[in-house]
Amino acid sequence: MVSKRIVLHFPHRLVNQPIIYKLVKELDLQFNILKAFVTPQEEGLMVLELTGKRENFDKGIEYLKSCGVRIQPLSQDVIRNEERCTNCGVCVPICPTQALIVDPKTREISFDNKKCIACELCVKLCPPRAMEVHF
Amino acid sequence: MRTIKEINEKIRKGQVVVVTAEEVIDLVEKKGVKKVAQEVDVVTTGTFGPMCSSGAYFNIGHTKPRIKIGGGTCTLNDVPAYTGFAAVDIYMGATAIPDDDPRNKVYPGEFKYGGAHVIEDIVAGKDVRLDATAYGTDCYPRRKLETLLNIKDLNEAVLFNMRNAYQNYNIAVNLSDKPIYTYLGMLKPNLGNANYCSAGQLSPLLKDPYYKTIGIGTKIFLGGGIGFVAWQGTQHNPGVPRRENGTTKVPGGTLSVIGDLKQMKSQYLVGTSMLGYGVTLIVGIGVPIPVLDEEVIQHAAAKDKDIYAPIVDYSQNYPQVIPGSLGEASYEQLKSGKITIQGKEVPTGNLSSYSKAVKISEELKSWIKKGDFELTEPVAKLPAADSGYSFKLLKERPILQKEE
Ligand code: SF4
Ligand code: SF4
Repeated sequence: MVSKRIVLHFPHRLVNQPIIYKLVKELDLQFNILKAFVTPQEEGLMVLELTGKRENFDKGIEYLKSCGVRIQPLSQDVIRNEERCTNCGVCVPICPTQALIVDPKTREISFDNKKCIACELCVKLCPPRAMEVHF
Repeated sequence: MRTIKEINEKIRKGQVVVVTAEEVIDLVEKKGVKKVAQEVDVVTTGTFGPMCSSGAYFNIGHTKPRIKIGGGTCTLNDVPAYTGFAAVDIYMGATAIPDDDPRNKVYPGEFKYGGAHVIEDIVAGKDVRLDATAYGTDCYPRRKLETLLNIKDLNEAVLFNMRNAYQNYNIAVNLSDKPIYTYLGMLKPNLGNANYCSAGQLSPLLKDPYYKTIGIGTKIFLGGGIGFVAWQGTQHNPGVPRRENGTTKVPGGTLSVIGDLKQMKSQYLVGTSMLGYGVTLIVGIGVPIPVLDEEVIQHAAAKDKDIYAPIVDYSQNYPQVIPGSLGEASYEQLKSGKITIQGKEVPTGNLSSYSKAVKISEELKSWIKKGDFELTEPVAKLPAADSGYSFKLLKERPILQKEE
C-alpha cells in the first residue's frame, strides 16, 4: 500500500469532468480531498491524499497524466523571505487556504507553512517577491 | 499655543513630548483635545506604499577623457536611465524596465527587475553596472563608457519623487468576469477581492488634512534618511469633497519629496514588481506635525473609523474614466478583512504596509526625542482646499497635417 499527497492541476476543459471517479471505480484507490478550488486563471486545483496498492497508484497517476492533469508532488515548499516581506497584506485575500493572515493587533502578516498547499498564487503576486518556491 | 521655534528649543533641551499619529488617537479619547494639545508638542505620521512617480538622480563624476552622456544613452544594470542633462547627470525612474523585458507580451508580465530595483540595489550599497554611449564633441570626445558604480563613489545620489504620500486612495475591485492585473494588485473576477493602499489613520496628509503645518520645505523622514517636501506633488487635488473631520473622501493632496539617497536604507525603499502592471518603488515617508494649536490635534486624532475611501471598479470605470463609485468603506472596515459591496462580502488586502508605517512613525518619534531631528518652518504653503488648484484630464486636440 502507498499513500501520498499530491497536487493536481486541471486545465479549464477538465474542470467539470468526473476524472477522480475512475480512480475509485476502476483502480480501487481511496482518496481524501484536502483542498479543491478554481484559480482566477480558471484552472482547477486539488490537493489529494491518494491511497491504494502501489500498482494501482502508479496506474492512477498515469491515467491522470493521460487526461491532461498536471501533477505536482507536495514535496515542494513555499517559504517566505522574511527580510523582503514588507507585511503589506495584499497576499491575504489571494491565498486560498488562509496560510497568510493578518495579526489584528500588530497588522503584521503571518505565514503558516503547514497550511500552505504550494499553489504558488502568492509567489508572483507578492510585490517585493518575498514568497519563494524551494524544491 | 506654541511655535515651531519653541518646539525646537524643547527638542534641544530634551523636553519635547512626541507621540505617533496612532497614539494620539487614544490620548485624545482619554483626555480630550484641549488637554492633549497642551501636553503634546509633535505628532509623527508614517506611510509605506508603492509610488510610481519616484526616481533618483546621480552625478557619477567626470571620466578621463571626458564623456557627455547628455543626449546619448545610459543603462544601469540594463535598465535605461534618462540622459537629457549635462555630461554626467542621469535620472533613473522607478518604472523604467530593460529594453528586452517581455513586458505584457506573455500576459501577465512579471516585471522582475526595473528602475526601482536599481535604486534599491544602489541604496543597499551594491555595485551596479553602467553602460553609456555618447556622440562625442570637441570638449567631450569619449563615446563609450562601461563601468561598475557604487553609491559611495557618486558625487550626488538624490531621491526625487514627483508625487508621494497621497491623501487617501481608491479601493480597487473588479466587476468583470476575468482576473485583472493593476497597479493595485491582482483583482479577482466578480468582486473577488478589494485592494486598498493607504496607512489611513497614520498617513501624513490625512492627519493634516488642510495642510496647515505641512508645506514646501517641511523636513521629513524619507526612506530612512532625511528629506524635504520640495513642492506639491503632481496631481495635487486639494479641492475634492471632504468629510466633517477634513479628510478627503477621494484621493486629494500629494507631496513631491527630495532627499539624500546616501543616508537612506534599502529596507525603506523597496523595488517591487506588480504582476501584469510593471515595476514600482515602495517609499517609506514620515512627516512630523507640530502641535501649533488645538485644531492641529483635533485633525491629527482622526481615526480609521472616520476616514473613508471610495470603492472603484478597475475593469471598466477606472480605465475608461467612467465616473461613479460603488460606495465607500472606512479604514476600520477595510482592516477588519472584509467589506460589503453590492450585498457581497469581499475580502480586503492592503498594498501599503501598516506595520511599517507604525515603525516609521516610531522611528521619527525617537529621532525627535533624541534631538537628532528638529522641525522646519514651511517656506511656502501647499495649494489649499479653497485655492481653486485642481487636476484635470488631458484635452486631446487633433494635429492638423500640413498640406504639401
Ligand atoms: S504580499 Fe508579500 S510583502 Fe506583502 S505581506 Fe504578503 S508576503 Fe509580505
Ligand atoms: S503558495 Fe501562497 S497562496 Fe498558495 S497556499 Fe501557499 S501561501 Fe497560500
